Amino acid sequence: MLNVGKIEEGFVLDHIKAGSSLSLYHHLQLDKLDCTVAIIKNAKSSKMGKKDILKVECDIDKLDLDVLAFIDHNITVNVIKDGEIVEKQELVLPKEIKNVIKCKNPRCITSIEQELPHIFVLTDEEKEVYRCKYCEEKVERNI
Amino acid sequence: MRHLMSPLDFTVEELEKLFDLANDIEANPDKYKHICEGKKLATCFYEPSTRTRLSFESAMYSLGGQVLGFSDAGSSSAAKGESVSDTIRMISCYADICAMRHPKEGAPMVAATKASIPVINAGDGGHQHPTQTLTDLLTIRSLKGRLNHFTIGLCGDLKFGRTVHSLINALVRYENIKFIFISPEELRIPDYIIDMLKAKNIPFEEVIRLEDSMPELDLLYMTRVQRERFFNEEDYVRLKDFYILDKKKMQCAREDMLVLHPLPRVNEISVEVDDDPRAAYFRQVQYGVYVRMALIITLLELQEG
Repeated sequence: MLNVGKIEEGFVLDHIKAGSSLSLYHHLQLDKLDCTVAIIKNAKSSKMGKKDILKVECDIDKLDLDVLAFIDHNITVNVIKDGEIVEKQELVLPKEIKNVIKCKNPRCITSIEQELPHIFVLTDEEKEVYRCKYCEEKVERNI
Repeated sequence: MRHLMSPLDFTVEELEKLFDLANDIEANPDKYKHICEGKKLATCFYEPSTRTRLSFESAMYSLGGQVLGFSDAGSSSAAKGESVSDTIRMISCYADICAMRHPKEGAPMVAATKASIPVINAGDGGHQHPTQTLTDLLTIRSLKGRLNHFTIGLCGDLKFGRTVHSLINALVRYENIKFIFISPEELRIPDYIIDMLKAKNIPFEEVIRLEDSMPELDLLYMTRVQRERFFNEEDYVRLKDFYILDKKKMQCAREDMLVLHPLPRVNEISVEVDDDPRAAYFRQVQYGVYVRMALIITLLELQEG
């Protein structure tokens, strides 16, 4: 078994769907942060069978929780201070997300208008449905 | 300042006010013939649409206003690559109100966020066409005297027809409406609309044959099977004649049933039906002008007299 050491200050994203940690890494723009990141794939999980884990050594404020919640609000966010878990952050589906994903409808104005932000609005909280603000196309959330 | 992007932008009460105004315009056109003097409507049509554009222009002229604009993207700066955001900023300096049609869905909404004048969505791709829905509602209210307690049959292309989807969304806000969806299997009403009706407990039926449901209808809304919505010609040819309304089918209908159609028709309503007093589709065109007149007055916040 592979061992990845503790982090002193930062956050651990646990219970990530197996195989999706790398796309999460990009969506959270962790590639732009100058800090230590551990990507653990296919770790054993009693709850999920297999899971991914991200360990990031930086301030929690640098994490966009809205993006994280949009991608998968079942992810556990553990805030670490002095090597210990001090808080578990609740993820709530954001009402609106901006420039995280692109509208795939080829008839949408976002496909031609320059520098138009791609905005998606939560239209059905129960079914977790997001729609493009402009063309109302439903988002497929398997990202 | 308000815009019109979707027919649901107005509450039922606001629509009542708008329709009262439209009916007053119909009854007393002279009262309104100078109300827009000194005002200009820009018709920005990035794709051709004779009917809607002329309806807007007729509405503005009937109110004493003036009209400027373009009627296809080729003759506008869009051909040079100008964005909708830039175009509307320019148009805001030239006109007092803008009606925009665009092939891209959501384009009028982008315009509305950058405009300093009211923007009316005059049709954006397969998405919304609110002034058509307002026209349909005004026609029903004016000729039936109400917008509740009736059974409406919607016939033809229910899958791609945005006028049908918009009309359903607008009608579910009224009491005791029953929908009968008459279409071939290939052009069925989308599931999301069925789900919405189920969630709201609104009665509906899906049938294949037009004749069978005719006797129970108070209203029949016919639609064109549009060539441009099909990916292949073979499917279009096979389905386009599926539902043709003729004199014989009209014999099964109630004496007071109304036939509506957003137009243009191809052959889904036989011309022999045109003289039937129940054929309301040309009167619908006239109501389209009245409702656009009422809309322009309302969005420009003008007072009569």
